[in-house]
Amino acid sequence: MNNSRRDFLKQSGLLLAASTLPLSLVEIAFAKAEDNFSFAYISDAHIQQIKGTQFVRNWDKGLMRAVAEANLLDPKPDFVMFGGDLAQLGKPEEIDHGLEILSALHSKPRFVLGEHDFYLDMGEYWAKKVSEHHYSFDHKGVHFVVLNSILTYDDWNNKWSSPMERMQMMAGLDNPLGSPFMVGEAQRNWLKADLAKVDKKTPVVVFSHSPLQKIYKGWNFWTDDAEQVQALLKPFNKVTVIYGHVHQIQYNQIGNISFHSVMATAWPWPYPSTYAKAEQFLPKLTVEMNRADPFFERDATGWQLIDIATGNAAVHYSLAENKPRTVAFNPKTKRPEDSEYQQQRAVTQNHY
Amino acid sequence: MLTYKKTLIVLALSLPSLVNADEFTKADLTQWENEFQTVVKQGRAAFTDPNLGSNGVVCAQCHPNAANTHPETYPKFQKQLGKVISLWEMVNWCLRNPLEGKPLAADDPKMTALVAYITSERKGVKLEAGKH
Repeated sequence: MNNSRRDFLKQSGLLLAASTLPLSLVEIAFAKAEDNFSFAYISDAHIQQIKGTQFVRNWDKGLMRAVAEANLLDPKPDFVMFGGDLAQLGKPEEIDHGLEILSALHSKPRFVLGEHDFYLDMGEYWAKKVSEHHYSFDHKGVHFVVLNSILTYDDWNNKWSSPMERMQMMAGLDNPLGSPFMVGEAQRNWLKADLAKVDKKTPVVVFSHSPLQKIYKGWNFWTDDAEQVQALLKPFNKVTVIYGHVHQIQYNQIGNISFHSVMATAWPWPYPSTYAKAEQFLPKLTVEMNRADPFFERDATGWQLIDIATGNAAVHYSLAENKPRTVAFNPKTKRPEDSEYQQQRAVTQNHY
Repeated sequence: MLTYKKTLIVLALSLPSLVNADEFTKADLTQWENEFQTVVKQGRAAFTDPNLGSNGVVCAQCHPNAANTHPETYPKFQKQLGKVISLWEMVNWCLRNPLEGKPLAADDPKMTALVAYITSERKGVKLEAGKH
């Protein structure tokens, strides 16, 4: 067991003792213990084919490590989510290779679709081989919704000379020829109908690939119809949105909705604020991560264990080369907060 | 002849100066900007070129808009390399490691283009050589 893993367990244990979260790594008496559960969240693996059976070693290793660590959780999480961007250029070879690595998980994960999985064949292989693009399920009193938030405008979809050109245009994060993501009207109507059956007191957790809030359009840290989706979630008491795509820790509170991002297993991204020319809207609440050190290949990557004990999320980040972090809903301030760094507003820089 | 020159100099010094000597012409400025932007463009192309390394990984994959390259902090001490290095040496580190490719010579036009692009994305940020 490596150090960061040990720290992670240690901190989870401490956290349990401090706030009685239901990660029963230690035994905790709960009024209705059977209601508590946690799930693992792995995202943004970006499995990239070089040629034939050769794949980029670095990204393979990130996903393998997350899978191995998630398998070590004891007790086992109720389920595992994969947050999208399993592939880099949407190729069946990349999706298959990613699925092969994920097949080592103790339980079959549920999937969110990312733009890197989608824009080669508009999600056809994904639907056939991996998962539906959007769906919902219930688990121990929580309603979970998976949205495909990486759709875009038909005009853009149809303007390219080949499917691979379209894929590559969307794959470049900073490509000015890309197009903003959206959930789209059809899926919003589906969501409306899906939520109509759910009691307003039921905790709702939405998984999307892109943030269902607007942070920085230049890098598509953005969903064009975010406000319209938020409006559909407004009537519920407890709503949590968990998104990938941004390869960094972000969190926010908008009205009743808590937002949490998850880490990539592949590589980290800088915060938009570090791009000197950018106007951006990173939530003020977010205590940023350290800048990644390229000399540590897995620095600023990781995966998360999430529990929904209170009906709101506590996200425990397992970071390969950094101290683990926990961002949990604080019922007093009614927003997600970093359990260690929220007051000091900065993460200690450990190494360069 | 000598006297004539002296007279001219005196004349020039005594007149209120309306134009500076040797002023850059508009044509000069345009040419220099165009030359620079052409190389920046080549740099952006190299920065997003899957064939720059050997594994298809591109610089922009980790560095959108060349962010987190902080060219304004070079030359600086890189602990892991054990010495003070210039930006081009760090570019080569990236070429060898995440891109699993071959390093470029310091004066390779492609290296100049990469450094021009990276630096141009940080225009206006103050120089802080040695900073981390």
